[in-house]
Amino acid sequence: MAFYFVQFLTGLASAASLFLVASGLSIIFGVTRIVNFAHGAFYMLGAYVAFTLTERLSGALGFWGGIVVAALIVAVIGVLVEMVLLRRIYHAPELFQLLATFGLTLMVQDIVVMIWGPDDLLGRRAPGFRGAVDFFGQNIPSYDLFLIALSPVVLGVLWLLFQRTRWGVLVRAATQDRDMVAALGVNQKWLFTSVFALGVFLAALGGALQIPRDAVHHALDLRIIVEVFVVVVIGGLGSIIGAFVAAVLVSELNAFGILIFPKISIILVFLVMAVVLIVRPWGLFGKPEAAARRTPGLTVNPWRPLTSGERMMSISALALAATLPLFAGNYALTVGSEIAIFVVFAASLHFLMSVGGLASFGHAAYFGLGAYGVAFLAKAAGLPMMVSLLLGPVLGLLGAAVFGFFAVQLSGVYFAMLTLAFAQIVWSIAFQWVTVTGGDNGILGVWPEKWAASPANFYWLSLGITALVVALLRVIVFSPFGFALRATRDSPLRSEAIGINGKRVQWTAFVISGTVAGIGGALFAYLKGSVFPDSVGISLSVDALVMVLLGGVETVSGAVIGAIVFKAANIWLVSQTDLSKLVLGGFIVLMVVAFPKGIVGTLETIRNRRRSSKAKKSALVTSRIEAAE
Amino acid sequence: MSMVPTLLSVQNLSKSYGGVHAVRSVSFELKAGEILALIGPNGAGKSTCFDMLNGQNVPDTGRINLLGEDTIGRKPRAIWRLGVGRTFQITATFPTMTVRENVQVALVSYGRQLFNLWGSTAAYARDEAGRLLDLVGMVGYAERPCGELAYGDLKRLELAIALANQPRLLLMDEPTAGMAPRERIELMRLTARIAREQSIGVLFTEHDMDVVFEHADRILVLNRGSLIAEGSPEEVRGNPQVRAIYLGEGLLYDARHREGAGA
Repeated sequence: MAFYFVQFLTGLASAASLFLVASGLSIIFGVTRIVNFAHGAFYMLGAYVAFTLTERLSGALGFWGGIVVAALIVAVIGVLVEMVLLRRIYHAPELFQLLATFGLTLMVQDIVVMIWGPDDLLGRRAPGFRGAVDFFGQNIPSYDLFLIALSPVVLGVLWLLFQRTRWGVLVRAATQDRDMVAALGVNQKWLFTSVFALGVFLAALGGALQIPRDAVHHALDLRIIVEVFVVVVIGGLGSIIGAFVAAVLVSELNAFGILIFPKISIILVFLVMAVVLIVRPWGLFGKPEAAARRTPGLTVNPWRPLTSGERMMSISALALAATLPLFAGNYALTVGSEIAIFVVFAASLHFLMSVGGLASFGHAAYFGLGAYGVAFLAKAAGLPMMVSLLLGPVLGLLGAAVFGFFAVQLSGVYFAMLTLAFAQIVWSIAFQWVTVTGGDNGILGVWPEKWAASPANFYWLSLGITALVVALLRVIVFSPFGFALRATRDSPLRSEAIGINGKRVQWTAFVISGTVAGIGGALFAYLKGSVFPDSVGISLSVDALVMVLLGGVETVSGAVIGAIVFKAANIWLVSQTDLSKLVLGGFIVLMVVAFPKGIVGTLETIRNRRRSSKAKKSALVTSRIEAAE
Repeated sequence: MSMVPTLLSVQNLSKSYGGVHAVRSVSFELKAGEILALIGPNGAGKSTCFDMLNGQNVPDTGRINLLGEDTIGRKPRAIWRLGVGRTFQITATFPTMTVRENVQVALVSYGRQLFNLWGSTAAYARDEAGRLLDLVGMVGYAERPCGELAYGDLKRLELAIALANQPRLLLMDEPTAGMAPRERIELMRLTARIAREQSIGVLFTEHDMDVVFEHADRILVLNRGSLIAEGSPEEVRGNPQVRAIYLGEGLLYDARHREGAGA
């Protein structure tokens, strides 16, 4: 009994940091409507800066002062980020805000390693809380007791701040209607900046307070942000009480989940999240959100199928690509196969994002499931390559069917957060369930059969499948189903009023997209000859998002170009610099701010501008004819 | 009129929010080819009533019989399948499609082809879409991006979309809101003509009394959730209670129509 009680207290102590970070995220979202992906990065920075300060400063005052000063320093960094970056993108679609703040996260990962090195750092114990309290033979670290007491105190202080101060009243007013607050003469800029500073302060404090409990390392950011997303999805974005209750719930589920399913404890959290989403889609304490801004929302040019000239050009480009083995070496062909596979992956996400308006932040889950599917079939069941290639993606299909069912209940940022959390769950299973997946060691020896083993043959195989998949997706875009999907994206109200079951249409699209991603993953397993948890990882999901964005979210097949350019540049970059994350992150931020339409989108805009200047002349003539009639 | 079938029959419809009775025991009927206006001051319960007929809101008590089916608890899309067309107060169309494609999507849904992954939408029911656009005078705009249309044209497009399922009943929420006066008259004339020709019943809410009195066959007046009057335009116009509660507030209207009555 005592053991379970101690386990319960450990869970409560873990909830403290989670609550601090989640409440910061919620406060920022409430006012600015930005889901700050970089919140995990600020949490990690808080831990690193606190580590340095508490090492340099001595005594109890040095330690506690160091913790608070670290959070303040990071808050100042947050203010700079808000002023330089976020102010430019407050009116951009949600997807761009998520991507820009993710770009920041990537940059911080490299910067942190540059400053503090790649090794884990062990911080000082907290003065006054070094020992442990004995509880019926079980030890409870006294620092845990301190953390347990801290979160209700922080909750109370935040409550007083929002209920009792003028600033708090303004924040609550802005949460309800920021335009009205601006119309009443409140300086919105500084309100947003101060809210962002408070949110970042809370995240950094959460990180700083972890150093006596946990090693500081450069993967802290993604670990916390996924948990925080789960917390705010359960608790409801924008609700501080919700963040508190859900942080406790998730931490307890983790603490006890380890006892029930030691290998795959995260399953329990997933089940609870699924139940909450079915019963209350906006979280336990959240409110239904007003209609989200449309993800593709920059232009309104209707799509059209390729003209015969464009079709000829595409076929010529494909034929040209097929000649690569005639003059390129093995390395180039392997790179070519990898690019082709990523075209499949990017096209699958592009279909969901631009046609369906659903920005999945965890699309690697279905890519990875396809890869593991092949590995299981080829290695464990010993099936021939063609059969594995055909059946492997079925695992992606099944994953998409289960997760997609829940994900399409939500939209906008909730959809993005939920898909990310699902992907992380798949990753955890791949990582932790060692007996089945091999864990970190992966599954090795998934080599293609003889007929496909040579780099040239494998390249042709990949290219052929890629061409087929991209063509099929285009057919679907212009099929009745594609129009139903676009209708659901454009106007849920109107599509419901013409008999379209939007959720079922979106679910179908999710399953199609997940299956196609699985096809990419299946090929990838044979290309690499192995499968690792990395092919389910967040960074792969984000690569896909960047490829889609680079190609152009509002185009029919921009992702094809985006994937080719991105993957080629990425492979080159990794060979050139150790700071690829810094460069990539900076590139993402720059693209969101300066170049939001992507390559194909920009080309189309230029062409349309030319065409419309021509069309205006002819329209004038037509209207005269009409008038004459 | 007794031979004309009843399309919609509403009995004792009620809905309250907290302690507020938004709609109180409202009953009425609508026959094929009839144009029925639902009027009342702001907050009278028109929108709540409308939402319950649409399936967007579930009444506390009462019955709604639409074309022989009890519709309470059904989703809007299920009610649409019964043969109900809808237009919205603020138009809801698909801005990234062309005008023709907007209508084609509705036809795809009507033809139960929504999960057809292979066919070409461009070729699907192209002529039928053209015919509907022609009916509302929009055929010249068929290939235009819907996002570029002027508001009045969007309203006409919405009417074409609403007619795609060959509806027996049209529900129009403030069909002429936000339009210029001439456009209003044209749109309502068009609606009335189509309704009479195809014997479609029309229920609409409206604030513009000129539109109401010119086009409605019958008028329902709501006030504070209750039906306070029902009848022909002449009867409603002459009803002292309606004048006191609603029309009486508009002095300009009063003056204008007193001249008319005197003539």
